[in-house]
Amino acid sequence: MEKEKIYSLMSLAIIEGNQEEAIRLAEEALKLNLDPTEVIEKGYIPGIQKVGDLWEKGEYFLPELIASSEAMKAAMAILEPEIKKRDKGLKAKGKVVIGTVEGDIHDIGKNIVASMLQASGFEVHDLGADVKLEKFIDKAEEVGADIIGLSALLTTTMIGQKKLVEILKERQLRERYKVIVGGAPVTAEWAKSIGADGYAENAVTAVHLVKELLGQSKGR
Amino acid sequence: MISPIRPKINLLSPELVTKIIDEAILLLEKVGVMVENEEARSLLALAGAKVNKDNQRVYFPDFLVEESLKKVPKVIYLYDRTGEKAFTLGGDEVHFNPGSAAITILDSETHSLRPAVTSDLVKLSQLTELLSHLDFQSTALVSSDVPQEMADSYRLYIALLFCSKPVVTGTFRVESFEIMKEMLVAMRGSQSLLKDKPLAIFDACPSPPLKWSDLTAQSLIDAARLGQPSELISMGLTGATSPVTITGTLVQHTAENLSGLVITQLAQPGAPVIFGGSPSSFDMREGTTPMGAIETMMIDLASAQIGKALGLPTHAYMGLSDSKIIDCQAGIESASGALLAALAGINVVSGPGMLAFESAQSLEKLLIDDSICGQALRLIEGITQRDEPMALFFFEDQSNWSNFLKHPHTKKWYRKEHKFFPLFDRATYEIWVASGRKDMAERAKEEVKRLLASSEPRFPAPDIAQELRKIMENEAKRYGLKSLPQLV
Repeated sequence: MEKEKIYSLMSLAIIEGNQEEAIRLAEEALKLNLDPTEVIEKGYIPGIQKVGDLWEKGEYFLPELIASSEAMKAAMAILEPEIKKRDKGLKAKGKVVIGTVEGDIHDIGKNIVASMLQASGFEVHDLGADVKLEKFIDKAEEVGADIIGLSALLTTTMIGQKKLVEILKERQLRERYKVIVGGAPVTAEWAKSIGADGYAENAVTAVHLVKELLGQSKGR
Repeated sequence: MISPIRPKINLLSPELVTKIIDEAILLLEKVGVMVENEEARSLLALAGAKVNKDNQRVYFPDFLVEESLKKVPKVIYLYDRTGEKAFTLGGDEVHFNPGSAAITILDSETHSLRPAVTSDLVKLSQLTELLSHLDFQSTALVSSDVPQEMADSYRLYIALLFCSKPVVTGTFRVESFEIMKEMLVAMRGSQSLLKDKPLAIFDACPSPPLKWSDLTAQSLIDAARLGQPSELISMGLTGATSPVTITGTLVQHTAENLSGLVITQLAQPGAPVIFGGSPSSFDMREGTTPMGAIETMMIDLASAQIGKALGLPTHAYMGLSDSKIIDCQAGIESASGALLAALAGINVVSGPGMLAFESAQSLEKLLIDDSICGQALRLIEGITQRDEPMALFFFEDQSNWSNFLKHPHTKKWYRKEHKFFPLFDRATYEIWVASGRKDMAERAKEEVKRLLASSEPRFPAPDIAQELRKIMENEAKRYGLKSLPQLV
């Protein structure tokens, strides 16, 4: 099969959220000895970008968004070991440590954001829900993260986002990380008032935001 | 004379109700429920449930559910502050109360939601006291001007001081139950009097899917022993924390509620329990929990039907809206909910006044919703045959033909047949223009002001009020608050 043809099928598999097909095509690409880095960039990434567009147009809803990012992750899982083997090192677009702050057990929104970021090529370290603030920083230090993402669904736990920014300052690490915040009660205004670097209202805009903060977006 | 029928809505066939209950019981037996509370787990183990100590999962044998259902009362009587006025929870009785527990209030000056403070709680309680279609009050607002540790008991304190109606409430922390109990006992005079005449309903929400947290399971146990009804508030979100299908969510909902019911009956056989919930159709676009979605209401109606089939008093969060202001959406969603809840014969309907999912309350909306509830209650009274014959006698005398208005028959019946809701604009266009072209929200704002200014708070007896204050002052000190906020 021609490269262009297989790339467009990959894109389609992601758009349709067809995990089986995404995996099958990734395996076929390896059999055909295609460059796995190029496969991701030219085959799968355009698919997930299209999914983002469809979301923004209001055509896609959360179940489609999730199915597509799951298909994306499944394909990446097949291709990544091969990239490592070739030691060309698919450089992750950036590293994100994400979680829901302590006292808060809601993680649906955070999971969707984590999933979309991962599907968009970022290395995501998801700490889960009810995460101690220090743990965010420790993990970020450990993996050399670029971004720390904090979710809070309760007005009573939102304050944790503010505290994290303060702790970063105390530990003189504030300049080291970009801090992004989200969750139902969180607003852009709140993000600004606590000195965070950004706020996104949904998973797709979160991907745009992270790209922007890492200087990878050409502006929207 | 032919007696009136009660208009009634059912969404499930009897066969489907049975099937859902059976599958829920099977779910409890096969998959079980996580119970994070130690006392609840040991009660369950003692009664014959299998408990996995490693993951706190409890497997409920079917006989345990069936035995518990036999012990639980079919009808609950709730009493107001005086202990004289009783309300029946059971059958198709409908009682509305303000939706709880909002953290913000719609400020009628700025049209924005802001954190609620003591004066808001006071006004809401006072207003609830005055609204005739709300049989119960609730601890509807959480005050931001006291330490979080006492936020739950403090709202009950304000509610008991400013409103005499039975109160729907709940705990945010295990420790608070004791304080709330002290206040309720103080109100009634003794613990046994409180048990005889329950004053409060305690909401207890399982965490979907299939889990009772330490706090909520403890609330079930504590309320059962105090003889105050527990309201089981299962709250699956379709496709997010429960199956996306309505029937799938109903199976989970029923299993969660039944497991809570078993815990109450083991803590205190015969303890009053209400089969309720706050399930919602999860919005796949915004990731929110729309309470005004028609599917949310369908789940509520079906839940009530299941509760009734189990022989239990019922509850739902209906008559509320996801709108952020008092607009068309607020009216549509609140009215559909209140009407449907009434038609379903749901005993405790929590919702009036609420906006923005379950996060905000509004005094003005509460007033409007009271009128909506009044109309819903009128609807379910149904159509009554008032006389025999019904019209013939009227027309036999020719002189009546053009004199409906002055005929004694009109004066005799018009107030029984037709209710009046002055907040609704039924004036001519000219009169509406002349009175300042006000919309309903503006009229409600003026009326709330007028009502609150023209009525004195109805406090409990001074010695009781004094005791409540003492209990609350102790709490305040414990959490580092020198004095309680000014009440007015």
